[in-house]
Amino acid sequence: MHRSQLIAESLNLLAASLLLISFAMLSRRRTQRLITLFAWQGAVLFLSTILVAYSAGLTELYASAALTLLLKVIVLPWILHRLVRKLGAQWDSEPLVNIPTTMLVGLALVIFAFGLAQPISQMATTITRNTIGIALAVIFLAFLMMITRRKAITQVIGFLAMENGLFFAATSATYGMPMVIELGIALDLLVGFFILGIFFFQIREQFDSLDLSHLESLREE
Amino acid sequence: MKTLTFVRQFGEVLLAIAIAPLFAGWIAQCRAWLQNRSAPPLVQPYRMLRKLFQKDVALAADASRLFRATPYVLFGTMVLAAAIIPSIATDLPFAQAADAIALIGLFATARVFLSLAAMDIGTAFGSMGARRDMMIGFLAEPALLMVLFNAFLFSGSTALPGVVEASATHGSFIDPSLIFAAIAFLMVLLAENARIPIDNPATHLELTMIHEAMVLEYSARHLALVEWSSDLKLLNYACIGFALFLPWGIATHGADGTAALALAAVALLAKLVVAGGIFALIESLSAKLRIFRAPEYLATAFLLAVLGLLVHLLLGA
Repeated sequence: MHRSQLIAESLNLLAASLLLISFAMLSRRRTQRLITLFAWQGAVLFLSTILVAYSAGLTELYASAALTLLLKVIVLPWILHRLVRKLGAQWDSEPLVNIPTTMLVGLALVIFAFGLAQPISQMATTITRNTIGIALAVIFLAFLMMITRRKAITQVIGFLAMENGLFFAATSATYGMPMVIELGIALDLLVGFFILGIFFFQIREQFDSLDLSHLESLREE
Repeated sequence: MKTLTFVRQFGEVLLAIAIAPLFAGWIAQCRAWLQNRSAPPLVQPYRMLRKLFQKDVALAADASRLFRATPYVLFGTMVLAAAIIPSIATDLPFAQAADAIALIGLFATARVFLSLAAMDIGTAFGSMGARRDMMIGFLAEPALLMVLFNAFLFSGSTALPGVVEASATHGSFIDPSLIFAAIAFLMVLLAENARIPIDNPATHLELTMIHEAMVLEYSARHLALVEWSSDLKLLNYACIGFALFLPWGIATHGADGTAALALAAVALLAKLVVAGGIFALIESLSAKLRIFRAPEYLATAFLLAVLGLLVHLLLGA
């Protein structure tokens, strides 16, 4: 009994730090810091998945945890760092909308997500049911990040962070998705990411910058 | 029994007044070590105070009575705050009389008086420092209140002794909401006490000063009292932090014999030694923020505290 309580408390702690990392991502200006934070988010996700797998005794979850570690902590951040270096965007920082305002909007989103998750978590029977609200909040915050940022790379990081949130929601609501779907999503993520990487170069060639506001105006030539 | 508690209260306040400059000296020493400078002796703040008390006061020509009264008001509020905070024992007459929200009001009183006194002389730096300090204060106070609400939710009491007794009975160290609140509290503490991410206590450049700019015009015993009360303020904040988050060793109601009190005093000193080292480390590792970044910093503290509340409501339910 005592051990399961310890596991539940550690899971709560990990979920809370996931939320904290999402807020940190929302407030960072430097692209490279964002990539590091994304890797940290993946690491926390890996730890929480391992814990859930251990407490529920599900071997399948170990596999998806390993997939998380490989893809989201090692491969994707590495590729992102390389991309940033190749694009010469290491020191890019973007003028954001007022950060305190963004944070307060994020806070409102968290309250909304928690309210939304209340009825769902009452129906769930998993050890992690309390953290569904946090998973939803992570998804919303990643959405907010995609909306407020203007650089292509940061938007892609927002997209990846959203996937992290979805993964966490799946593990906390139903102990993860079936393995086939899990693998499919991972592959999708990787392929989509490569395509977006190619897009980066195209966008930069066309506009000399990665600022997506250039894409909003039509031009006749 | 009644007189005993008053004696205990008196001893606690005296201890706080006595060790406040020592705590400031300890932080200065740790900072010097970390920055590879030779450290000033630990008793340097006391020597400064003695020197200042021996000097004659130089007052500006148009200083009003408010200007002269402010150092005493500051010192008085800080001593009263030290009496309210249960740093060694919880069964204290003053600690029972006022809750933590009244305590924040007390700090606000001190801030208002200091700002008024800074503007009283009419120098440019004084009023600039006062304006900046009011801005920091009005951003830091909601964050501090939210931190306190976190602790109140846990203990079901708005008085600090209640919080201490509640967390002494059930100890859950890895609760995420308390961790959030503790980080937020540390951020507020650094901002409120004019320490490095917001203000540099060792600066000599008037344009970047906040707290120092306000006390530029003070001299001799007035300056000594202002300095002493800002040392006391730092000590008070540290003790609030201990009461909220690290209440180990504080003698609780019913279990407060002489041995327990001595143990509590030793625990307090040990915590202060560690906390001083941590403050010095933070100050050495971080750079002072531009004044326009201060709202961001304090908004982060507010956010952390509110997140702590929300997480508590979500996970603790």
